[in-house]
Amino acid sequence: MNTVTISRRDFIKVATVAGGGLMLGFRLQSDTGASAPADFAPNVWLRIAPDNTVTITVARSEMGQGVWTSLPMIVAEELDADWNMVRIEQADAHPVKYGSQSTGGSFSVRGSWQTLRMAGATARDMLLVAAASKWKVAKSNCTAAKSFVHGPGGRRLSYGELTLHAAELPVPSSVKLKEEKDFTLIGTRVRKLDAPAKAYGTATFGLDVRLPGMLFASIQKCPVFGGTVALFDASASRKIPGVVDVVQVENGIAVIATNTWAAFQGREALQVAWNEGKWASQSSAAIRKMFESALANRGTVENYAGNAETALASAAATLEAVYEAPFVAHQTMEPMNCTAWVRGDSCEIWAPTQSPQPIQTQAAQILGLPLDKVTVHVTLMGGGFGRRLNPDFGMDAVRVAKAVGKPVQVVWTREDDTRHDWYRPMTLNILKAGLDKDGKPVAWMHRIAGPSSRGLVTGGSTPPYDIPNFVIESHILDTGVPIGAWRSVGPSQNGWIVESFIDELAHAARKDPFEYRRSLLSQSPRLKRTLEYAAEKAGWSKPLPKGKGRGIACVDSFGSTCAQVAQVSVVHGKVTIDRIVVAVDCGPAVNPDTIEAQIEGAIAYGLSAALKDEITIDKGRVQQESYDDYRMLQFDEMPEVEVHIVPSTESVGGIGEPGLPPVTPAVCNAIFMATGKRIRKLPFGLDAMG
Amino acid sequence: KKRTVDAPPEMPLLWVLRDLLGLTGTKFSCGRGLCGSCTVLLDNEATRSCVTAVDYAADKNITTIEGFAADKKHPLLEAWIGEDVSQCGYCQPGQILTAAALLERKSNPTDTDIDAAMAMTLCRCGTYPRIRKAIKSAASRRAGSGGGQ
Repeated sequence: MNTVTISRRDFIKVATVAGGGLMLGFRLQSDTGASAPADFAPNVWLRIAPDNTVTITVARSEMGQGVWTSLPMIVAEELDADWNMVRIEQADAHPVKYGSQSTGGSFSVRGSWQTLRMAGATARDMLLVAAASKWKVAKSNCTAAKSFVHGPGGRRLSYGELTLHAAELPVPSSVKLKEEKDFTLIGTRVRKLDAPAKAYGTATFGLDVRLPGMLFASIQKCPVFGGTVALFDASASRKIPGVVDVVQVENGIAVIATNTWAAFQGREALQVAWNEGKWASQSSAAIRKMFESALANRGTVENYAGNAETALASAAATLEAVYEAPFVAHQTMEPMNCTAWVRGDSCEIWAPTQSPQPIQTQAAQILGLPLDKVTVHVTLMGGGFGRRLNPDFGMDAVRVAKAVGKPVQVVWTREDDTRHDWYRPMTLNILKAGLDKDGKPVAWMHRIAGPSSRGLVTGGSTPPYDIPNFVIESHILDTGVPIGAWRSVGPSQNGWIVESFIDELAHAARKDPFEYRRSLLSQSPRLKRTLEYAAEKAGWSKPLPKGKGRGIACVDSFGSTCAQVAQVSVVHGKVTIDRIVVAVDCGPAVNPDTIEAQIEGAIAYGLSAALKDEITIDKGRVQQESYDDYRMLQFDEMPEVEVHIVPSTESVGGIGEPGLPPVTPAVCNAIFMATGKRIRKLPFGLDAMG
Repeated sequence: KKRTVDAPPEMPLLWVLRDLLGLTGTKFSCGRGLCGSCTVLLDNEATRSCVTAVDYAADKNITTIEGFAADKKHPLLEAWIGEDVSQCGYCQPGQILTAAALLERKSNPTDTDIDAAMAMTLCRCGTYPRIRKAIKSAASRRAGSGGGQ
């Protein structure tokens, strides 16, 4: 459907389909607060100035995934704007204007696709009407390209020349969207708009916010989750030059200083006694034991088909395995931070956040202010990966700013960041499967134990393969450890587990792991196509020399399908990951260059968790602190990555996360091929595999 | 440009740059010299400013990303933008200055040279393959323009 009728009801309808929630944001009247009188601003998403500049509002957060470029591309495509004249403006928090601004779940492009296309198409239509009426010709005789309207007889007018006239026109009741085959900008490799500022060091991240007279603060929090301050002595802190104040806030002791270093030093000089609370003796070992005893019993049934138990009992062969993954942290390069300024009856916040609206709402609650008195500016952020969906660091700044009455930047140390994260859950999993005499799976059972329900079973709740009897059960247990969204969430673990266990089934059935998967994907044609594409591009059928192994995996997540073939070498028992060949079907590929970058990034992030990352708990505390004991993939450890975008007629999918789930199983399956060792516990080193 | 600041001698150069001089292009990430986000050039040597006391840097030539990029002309900057290296961008000033010090030492680095120079400058977004491409592209741009050493 390419013609969309624009009425308020339709916008709500479209937005509900696209966003999963009510979205009142698409207003057709000009956003007068932001635009100059001579501008043409038919809706909140764009405005055109007489100098031909097109300013496009980005309401999602830029954290490296490229939305400052991909979202404007969608508007500019339908607007037929000259890309060189496009500028962007990051939106402040405003639920009424923009609808959801949450930047997670690989949803920015998917969730904005229809709205932004309509925004651009509406403006384009009005510019065509404006030119046609100036020339006194029919609109159908006019065309638009690169910010010009062209009319009969070689006449043309730039968008800038039409702003005044277009601004007086009624907003059309319906607009025609382009056919995807007619796209001229979407699908091309466009350099990210923020590339120069990020190379020159002029990009403003949360920590780079500077205000006249601002102060800097560091908060000492209880190292035990849920613990509180019992007593503290700040006399030594107050003697540190630069320290201006020490205040107790709800979640700790804040040292406020004229510079960050003095705040850190003042904090080190604090003497604090804690009420450690009920988790004071929690440990990873105790958590694992709790999971283990839970798994002895049936859990809550999350999904099932047929009768897995009966099928398992009558199967020709059965397999059973235990898979486990630890807590992992996000470790964004820019530590959590936020700047706030509370001025009597209003508050202004500068936050490197993936979700400004909860910051606005919670700040309003803490300060007792109406929502419209709390302004939240979204800055660039040094990595998000799900961590910055949580507003906790924003509330740190609001509480301290409330206490000091001056603009204040609260800065977390790297150690704070590692110890006070919202972690990917540790899980323990029992898997059982039954095969018939031909090696086909007839039963599949996956029982998961883990903390919190967030993403625990997603990516594992429905095996994509043709298995007539399956049951997925969960035990959700409170461990005291805060749990959050970690790039690709449930599928980051369950993708590994499902794709490793199906590999075990293939080998038990003495079948080629690619052919085995392919024969079982009749209900998942898109995933099957993606799998085949990866196998073909990787030369799956070509024999490998001794000492090398190939592994394959495919996962459907966040609206896209992704398959990967990993190739590893083993020399004297040491494994090297040589190459990862990736096929991804994300529907229309908005910016292929960004898609490739996101896949490369997801692979690096996934491999860090596979090979290195592990948060452990002892005495209720996270034991890791910084980059030396919680390590990430290094430059010289990055495998060669080759990305192939599958030509697709599917609807638009996500891209920030789908590249992650297949990488760990592809590598583990390759290691099995090369060494015969099956990896069922993360993280695993590469040094002693032979 | 000569800058004068009033700071305790043991204050890390990072915080002098960021909080006293307002040069925020140099980034804080670990404060322990582990990641390289805070890298500056001190007399052309890549140096981690978070573990360098300001008195050690006094009277030396300090090149931050702002100074390095002032004329926007260095082949590394062109290569970085051309390869669209940055994702979140936070570690990139440190990556660029680490690469700049490498190119000062070796105008045409091999993959092994690049691995050795860049191994301990961390990037959580995984821009490593593009950093490698950009360094090679900058090296060949310099060779092509008769630059280099």
